[in-house]
Amino acid sequence: MNSALKRMTWAGWISLAGLFAIVLVAIFAPWLAPNNPLETDPLRRLAKPEGFLLGCDQLGQCVFSRLIYGTRLSLGIGFAARFSALIIGLMVGMLAGYFGGWLDWALMRVVDMFLAFPSLLLAIAVSMVLGNGIGTVIMALAIVGWAEMARIIRSATLELRSAEFIVAARTLGSGHLRIILTHILPNCMPLITVIFTMGLATAVLAEASLSFLGLGVDPSLPTWGGMVASGKDYMMREPMLVVYPGLCIAFLVIVLNILGDELRDIFDPSRKGQF
Amino acid sequence: MLEFTLRRITGTIPVLLGILFVAFTVLYLIPGNPALTVAGPRADQETIDRISKEMGLDKPVHARFFSYASRVCQGNLGESVVSGKPVLESIAEKFPYTIKLALIAMLFSVVIGVITGIIGAVTNGRWLDRLCTFFSVTGISIPVFLSGLIFLYVFAVKLRWFPTSGFRGGDSLWPFILPAFTLGIRSAAFLARIVRSSLIEVLNQDFIRTARAKGLKPMRILLRHGLVNALIPVVTVIGLDLSSYLNGSVIVETIFDLPGIGRFAMDAILKRDYPVIQGVVLFGAFIFIMVNLFIDLLYAYINPKIRDEMMRKSEK
Repeated sequence: MNSALKRMTWAGWISLAGLFAIVLVAIFAPWLAPNNPLETDPLRRLAKPEGFLLGCDQLGQCVFSRLIYGTRLSLGIGFAARFSALIIGLMVGMLAGYFGGWLDWALMRVVDMFLAFPSLLLAIAVSMVLGNGIGTVIMALAIVGWAEMARIIRSATLELRSAEFIVAARTLGSGHLRIILTHILPNCMPLITVIFTMGLATAVLAEASLSFLGLGVDPSLPTWGGMVASGKDYMMREPMLVVYPGLCIAFLVIVLNILGDELRDIFDPSRKGQF
Repeated sequence: MLEFTLRRITGTIPVLLGILFVAFTVLYLIPGNPALTVAGPRADQETIDRISKEMGLDKPVHARFFSYASRVCQGNLGESVVSGKPVLESIAEKFPYTIKLALIAMLFSVVIGVITGIIGAVTNGRWLDRLCTFFSVTGISIPVFLSGLIFLYVFAVKLRWFPTSGFRGGDSLWPFILPAFTLGIRSAAFLARIVRSSLIEVLNQDFIRTARAKGLKPMRILLRHGLVNALIPVVTVIGLDLSSYLNGSVIVETIFDLPGIGRFAMDAILKRDYPVIQGVVLFGAFIFIMVNLFIDLLYAYINPKIRDEMMRKSEK
């Protein structure tokens, strides 16, 4: 890991610092936000009173405070969704890649199926089944995202399966579970880090899109996508209501994408510029 | 080739059945009685029972799935709960708009993406390459709804080059330009990365050095020897992009008020018109599978090397 960090370029360091800053903002949101993000006041509508750094939205809520709290939801939902997707993807991908045969065939057809659906529409359909709420959005995004991870992890497992040290472990009498957990999983870790970082970017974007369409979490909660959606009706008067949250989303996603690229180049230089 | 074609086509059948199953399950799991929605809030129990019988809701799950599957195979996607119109008919009516949007977006994407990718590959590592990379990372990261709203504000509201909304039909391409650009710029950014990396790989190969040694003009080497060989992964990406266009069209058509499939789906979602949602999701998946099948077959036809590779992969 230490030697890996040494190979990181300045772009990687900047994006790592950016991500770190966003995580800090998310953790310390209550201390950083100058006002209550949910407090409305008709007198402050679209105004810019003293103490409100970026002004107020159409309900008189403090835009700056909402942006800060929005960090929590965007990052939190994205992370939880990707993590769940990763767990499913790991299980399916490793089972398929390690055991092969008909199990591989069947699991990969399921993966193909999920990859075929237009992801946003599938997420919408799933969230309609499960009803509103943060948990629903997380589930919907996980259901949409796991298949891609499963496919990548499967091909990595497939390559490892016939490696000499795996054959050696099997000859020594290690069980399948032991081989998967102590030999294959650690060797997949770099790849997992990369696809997790890149997938996080996708999940944050997808959550923002759902919120923008009004199908994410409760619209009164401060999410960046939801802020763009409610701001767009007042865009002619106050375009910044759309621009601020939009830039927050773009910043987080850019940071994650650059970091993902960087990690991939470090861990697996032969795949430079791919996926 | 025949064997490959047959194999590839039979490979899609389980996937097609699977998406049918998922689409059915989603609708089946949605809370609430669909008969209640059709009958309206003031219907009495008798009417509700009659309607559920008509809709086949009293039958067991597997029977409902088979009747659903056979209905879909006959091209019947059900009727809208709101308008009563057959879903497939509405899709056929709205699809041309989305196709037009997708094709223009693809044009933008290919032109901008390939040119940016070539510039990046040729100036590999220098500041122009860095600039192109920065452009593509930004393009991938900016949400479609943000760029759409900004373009709308700048080009339609402030500069008045384009109509803001209110698509008035007709054959004019003008109202499509801005939404297509919004949609295309994202996949252009994606494409630029792929073109760049694949071109860099090709330009490092021996036959390029030979071409240089022969004294061919650099432009000719780049286009005839480099780009043509680098385009193989590019075609796949363009095909896969079709799915992203369908996702993007939900957002872009909502923002720009275009009466295509995406807008149709969005309206259905807001009105909880489940048969329409189910129909559109199914249609989208079907199109995606068919496009992928077509691209794979096209590939295998053009390049036998790839065909052998795919055969080996499917045997693995």
